[in-house]
Amino acid sequence: MTGREISRIIEKAAGIIEGEMGFSGLAIVGIRRRGAILADRIKKYFPDEVPVGYLDINLYRDDFSKIGAHPVISETEVLFDIDGKNILLVDDVLFTGRTIRAALDALVDLGRPALVRLFVLVDRGHRELPIGADFTGRKVETLVDEMVEVRLKEIDIRDEVLIEKKK
Amino acid sequence: MNWTKKDLIGLETLTREEIETILETAVSFKEISSRPVKKVPPLRGKTVVNLFFEPSTRTKTSFELAAKRLSADVLSFEVATSSISKGETIVDTARNIEAMKVDCFIVRHSIAGAPELISRNVSSAVINAGDGCHEHPTQALLDMFTVKEKLGRIRGIKISIVGDILHSRVARSNIWGFTKLGARVFVCGPPPIIPADVEKMGAKVTYNIDEAIRDTDVIYLLRLQKERQKENFLSSLREYSYFYGIDETRYSEIKKGAVIMHPGPMNRGVEIKSEIAERQNSLILEQVTNGIAVRMAVLYLTIGSRK
Repeated sequence: MTGREISRIIEKAAGIIEGEMGFSGLAIVGIRRRGAILADRIKKYFPDEVPVGYLDINLYRDDFSKIGAHPVISETEVLFDIDGKNILLVDDVLFTGRTIRAALDALVDLGRPALVRLFVLVDRGHRELPIGADFTGRKVETLVDEMVEVRLKEIDIRDEVLIEKKK
Repeated sequence: MNWTKKDLIGLETLTREEIETILETAVSFKEISSRPVKKVPPLRGKTVVNLFFEPSTRTKTSFELAAKRLSADVLSFEVATSSISKGETIVDTARNIEAMKVDCFIVRHSIAGAPELISRNVSSAVINAGDGCHEHPTQALLDMFTVKEKLGRIRGIKISIVGDILHSRVARSNIWGFTKLGARVFVCGPPPIIPADVEKMGAKVTYNIDEAIRDTDVIYLLRLQKERQKENFLSSLREYSYFYGIDETRYSEIKKGAVIMHPGPMNRGVEIKSEIAERQNSLILEQVTNGIAVRMAVLYLTIGSRK
């Protein structure tokens, strides 16, 4: 997927999200790191009063004591009250669903949103939990041992999505 | 950086990178204590034991809250009612508690080296919460965290530690930590309570408080332990206060933007004039708040990924 396609997907998704969720009570929460960047990009299409927050889900991972190494914890920055809000959760890739499970746990520790909807740039299948996206940029057929790498220019030089064999 | 150490005994044995890893991790943990639900799950199912052989309110409470906010279970060991009073050695005490499958000991003891002795005899993590006149690493880490947060950096700043350096584990840990991160550390106090070898640790010595506070970015006051007077290290508290206490005149000499710190408990009217402790540039309560975030980071790094 090229940078231009990514931009087009986000613009189109912003329109659909606006139509289905409206702006009243809407708040965007991006999952660090690349979901947070995508959240900022979606926000550009929305009015100023729609707040954006960023969630670090590492403390909520279910493989926490199994991975051995410590995931680097970055700051959760949700500076608004999420009680009663309509939350648009944003991530780059939807795969097993475990990240989203962790994100939902992290989110409810901050309050009780009225509803939570999920936008992902890429849905690559192979779910291990009953979780689905409400807004999907693109569905991609993949093998379990392939890697879907989303690169965003804010941290990775250029915008692109690559599917690679796991090294 | 990946954390590889089992224990945290002192800052003397940590590298600059390790200290920076703890401070960076603590930044992310600070936010958790300001939430309505002050709890995250990474230490769920882990057991942390407070093994305090010396009285403590602040440090013990701070460790307990840090562990609980990470969802660990905490057991606080009451030494007065323990089998230590029946003659058991500290190693046996620790090994018996460890046999009940715990993950971490937080140890405070009046004898330097006690936490290290325990750490060599247990496979659980051991965190030093202050041992004799040796080290109090988490206090120094929270002090560094507070300075970095308030002044934006540690490299290049001047910090003057004033008081009983000889008996202070807080001073020792801070000298190791701040010098490793590139600060200029000065120590100041009456000659009998300045240790002879302190310059070998990288600190500069001055016996003149006015020199210590001149151009300094951080004035770090230590608690003057009143019992030192009986041991003839000091002629009187009033004399100490006259020569080394921060009063209004000295306060007016400190440079703009400089901060005042104290590890507590304070002797108001001895090392610091009571009202000065309440001023805007006094970070004393800020230090206490940050202590939780820093101890959360230390617990997370030492036992977060243990199986």
